[in-house]
Amino acid sequence: MSAEPVTTKTPLRAHLSYPGLLLGAICLSMTIALLIGFQLTRKGIDDAALQDKLASLAQVLTATLYNNNPVQEVQTINDAQLSEQPIDVYLAKRDGALTGMAFQVKKPGYGGPITLIIGLDAAGTVLGARVISHKETPGLADRIDITKDDWITAFDGRSLSNTSTQAWRVKKDGGEFDQFTGATITPRAVVGAIYQGLLFHQRHFLGDTTPLPPAENANE
Amino acid sequence: MSNAYYGRIFRDGLWDNNVPLSQMLALCPALATTTSATNGLGMGIATVFVMTLCSLVVSTLRNVISPAVRIPVFVTLIAGVVTLVDLAMNAWMHSLYQVLGIFIALIVSNCAVLGRAEVFAAKQPILPSLIDALAMGLGFTWVLVLMGGIREILGSGTLFAHASSLLGPHFAWMETVVLPNYQGVLIMILPPGAFLVIGLLLAVKRKMDQYLRERERIRSGALPVLN
Repeated sequence: MSAEPVTTKTPLRAHLSYPGLLLGAICLSMTIALLIGFQLTRKGIDDAALQDKLASLAQVLTATLYNNNPVQEVQTINDAQLSEQPIDVYLAKRDGALTGMAFQVKKPGYGGPITLIIGLDAAGTVLGARVISHKETPGLADRIDITKDDWITAFDGRSLSNTSTQAWRVKKDGGEFDQFTGATITPRAVVGAIYQGLLFHQRHFLGDTTPLPPAENANE
Repeated sequence: MSNAYYGRIFRDGLWDNNVPLSQMLALCPALATTTSATNGLGMGIATVFVMTLCSLVVSTLRNVISPAVRIPVFVTLIAGVVTLVDLAMNAWMHSLYQVLGIFIALIVSNCAVLGRAEVFAAKQPILPSLIDALAMGLGFTWVLVLMGGIREILGSGTLFAHASSLLGPHFAWMETVVLPNYQGVLIMILPPGAFLVIGLLLAVKRKMDQYLRERERIRSGALPVLN
């Protein structure tokens, strides 16, 4: 072996303050490296996050519905009933007229919070909903994820007007949505989250009136 | 340094001194991420990359690092390198990051990386250190893929599901349904399944090592030992 043993003492290294100074120097140089790395990558990371957001918006908003950039037209709404945090609502507009919107809803599931993005048209009909992140049991309750199962598409076309309050539940609770064998809490949370999202839309965009007649005034 | 020496390093990493099966290190990521063969492969690839990079840095600085503070220095270096890799992948390889990203941060806590820095890279020149990190990483990877494969087949009846999102569309052929219309043994995907599989693999490896030793002894002329 040609490697020199690590304990070789040089006069400098024998000095009592050497280890402390070394550790300090390493920490300082790592900090500088991280600062430079952060600055170099910041733009790339922001761009990537924006692309992710656009991609997830495209999943829940019908592409023909809008020709603006919803990421740049964000309305922030405080609503204590839906969330303690302010909610960013991405507005979809065609030729300046509001045609739909998308926003995130976060509700507790079985294993942790479930984050959904919900797309609605202007009348409050679900265009699409997707689970963005969850910590539900793999193989049992992760069927809420579109990559595992198409269960979540059961919400497409639903609204407060075509589905009664009683029906916004899983079948086990007397509603219209399937639960999974062995997992009721997760689908119950998702159904509840989407229902809450629709109520939020009704409070802020429909002016708390009774459910509107469907579709006609949607594209005005 | 001879080829035999490098061969020895590879044999150590892949089998004799394998990270999860012999050193019993890095069990946390090995147990946690192997819900499918693809996830095991992803964690393995990320670990090989970070381990090689960390061994390179530690080996380069080996004559500067004082033994008294080596552990905090290694930890700082590893955490810094991992964070830089995380940032760079997020910015410039975003589609890969979406699949591997969750694993990268986990590597900071992977004691196998620190273990290789301490045991090997701190004492050896750069080239052997790189080869050692590569061999150890590959040894870690095959165990994770095997564990993930066993758990995935028993738990969901598939093998390498979603491989194309990790490796690109050219690898879609890897995605196989082993047991069609299979209901799945849920426990294999849950944490207990990981413990069952690692226990099984450890037992198999011990048995094989025992058999190999026995054969070696017979070949060298000694009588088999009865026990």
